[in-house]
Amino acid sequence: MFEDRYSLAFKLYPYKRSADQDADTVVRHPVVVVGGGPIGLATALDLGRQGVPVVLLDDHEGVGMGSRAICFAKRTLDIADRWGCGTAMLDKGVVWNVGRVFQDDRQVFEFNLQPEEGHANPAFINLQQPFFEKFIFEQICEEQRKGAPIEIRGKNRVDHVASFDDHVVLEVATPEGPYTLEAEWVVGCDGASSPLRGMLGLGFEGRVFEDSFLIADIKMTSDDFPTERWFWFEPYFKSGASTLLHKQPDDIWRVDFQIGWDVDRAEELKEENIRRRLDAMLGGDVEYEIVWSSIYTFQCRRMEKFRHGRVLFAGDSAHQVSPFGARGANSGIQDVDNLGWKLGLVVRGIAPEQLLDTYDDERIFAADENILNSTRATEFITPKSKVSHTFRNAVLKLAEQHAFARPMVNSGRLSVPCVYDASPLNGPDDLPDGPEQTRVGSSCKDAPLGDGFLLQQLGDDFAVLALNTEVPTSIQVGDIPVRTVAVATSDESFGALSERYLGAAKSAVYLIRPDQHVAGRWSTFDETAVHAATLKACGRD
Amino acid sequence: MAKLITHPNMASPDDFYADLIAAHEGKSDAESEAFNARLILVLANHIGDQAVLKEALVASQ
Ligand SMILES: Cc1cc2nc3c(=O)[nH]c(=O)nc-3n(C[C@H](O)[C@H](O)[C@H](O)COP(=O)(O)OP(=O)(O)OC[C@H]3O[C@@H](n4cnc5c(N)ncnc54)[C@H](O)[C@@H]3O)c2cc1C
Repeated sequence: MFEDRYSLAFKLYPYKRSADQDADTVVRHPVVVVGGGPIGLATALDLGRQGVPVVLLDDHEGVGMGSRAICFAKRTLDIADRWGCGTAMLDKGVVWNVGRVFQDDRQVFEFNLQPEEGHANPAFINLQQPFFEKFIFEQICEEQRKGAPIEIRGKNRVDHVASFDDHVVLEVATPEGPYTLEAEWVVGCDGASSPLRGMLGLGFEGRVFEDSFLIADIKMTSDDFPTERWFWFEPYFKSGASTLLHKQPDDIWRVDFQIGWDVDRAEELKEENIRRRLDAMLGGDVEYEIVWSSIYTFQCRRMEKFRHGRVLFAGDSAHQVSPFGARGANSGIQDVDNLGWKLGLVVRGIAPEQLLDTYDDERIFAADENILNSTRATEFITPKSKVSHTFRNAVLKLAEQHAFARPMVNSGRLSVPCVYDASPLNGPDDLPDGPEQTRVGSSCKDAPLGDGFLLQQLGDDFAVLALNTEVPTSIQVGDIPVRTVAVATSDESFGALSERYLGAAKSAVYLIRPDQHVAGRWSTFDETAVHAATLKACGRD
Repeated sequence: MAKLITHPNMASPDDFYADLIAAHEGKSDAESEAFNARLILVLANHIGDQAVLKEALVASQ
């Protein structure tokens, strides 16, 4: 039997019989990705663009319907730009910068996320997750047309897995019966309830927050609510202990009510009961249509390790956070960004297998940071003791009048890229007076360059960025290609570049990894040092 | 390396004590509790230094 567990927003890859199902001997692929949510699709795209053959198995035939992620961060858009699908997301998405926090009927304060000029992408866009996934899928199709070896198999459900030293065996169910497949590497992107994790007997520890959230996506045309993030603590309209209102494309609004732990789900999800909450909030005479509703509870947890021999976990299967801060899909995309080039180098025999252990080092560090932030936000939004509630409200009251209390208000610390400060791949930070924001381990900051922007010119290979100093036009470190980008900042229009990459230094040389994180920096080009740092960043020292 | 001042540091401790009690006058228990919380936050911000604040948390146990 093969039944869908959820309905589809977009049917993208209908089941088709693959030659592997009729093969006499079991076929082995270099990489199999399990799960075609945003993280699995992105993994297939990243690997395929490198020319690494990849087969993606998903138990449905497209993108699931429903209200999940809506907030996508700048870093995600920068990564999507590298893949070629950032523009489609930005064009469809709603750009927002302003957030307002209310308590009861008073505004506590407002914030503006747009910190500085000179970036190709905004701090955040709102976009329904199904569109986000569809744009990644469309880019996969585009790459396939250009010859990228990506294959997506719909209604292919992984039911059993056995992991060996040098390969993995997968039993796959299809509407036409099961077949067996082998992979040198498996990337598990099968979501928070990851069957793969279960099949390998791996744990997923953390904590459950005892509160439920009723999510309603509504379609309304209203000028009363601007394109801003509005968050109420203990709202006067009493539709929830907290309430979030946020705009999506197509006149759709996300409304999120905190409704308590012991709720009768079926009762709460009745349209009349959802409308009662919405009417109280919007005022009785606003017309709207409920597009989607569901009730969620939240957890913060992660696997102890993300690499298990030949199986690597990414996205929600590896770590789960509460949505305050939009750190779910956004951090999953950073997983892919981190794992993609490493797995690519390993499959092509350029880097040793141990490079993949640094995926664990770097992304577990990131997951802990995300879990910490979203746990703290959840604590603040849903205080679990009387005294914590008292302090929370004290902060809100003070924040109305006193600037000092505003940074303590926590309605979600929005996703920012992780800085791999302690990564074993980091090379020297030999740029005295170099800016903190581009220190070794951090992701490159964007800046205007020529007619475009810096990040677009760094590409997907290793790169050397030289400012006000000579570098060779191309560098080859053994079999690792390194591109060079040289700029002179004498031109005034490079103010942002100087500020972000030179600071007080006169010249600088940055070694940048394929995921556009800084691997080392110096004041001038030293071939030996750059070679050594490149090898180190590939786990080859 | 204790940074928290634990020796007498107020010119007129009796005045502060009297002001503190007076500030709570007419408040219900819940209001007093909320007031205390705000007071702690205001004072904590004035101190600012996380190490000193940590010592204060320990000293008050
Ligand atoms: C209410 C809510 C709001 C959120 N808001 C945000 C936000 O604003 N920003 C943000 O960044 N994140 C947000 N998130 C989190 C985000 O939705 C998830 O982090 C994201 O979907 C994780 O993607 P994934 O690909 O890892 O897993 P999933 O999206 O769960 O995809 C897993 C895929 O694997 C498939 N699969 C499962 N088992 C098998 C099997 N045995 N064989 C084959 N395929 C299988 C599934 O069908 C599915 O397609 C939110 C989540 C919720 C619930």
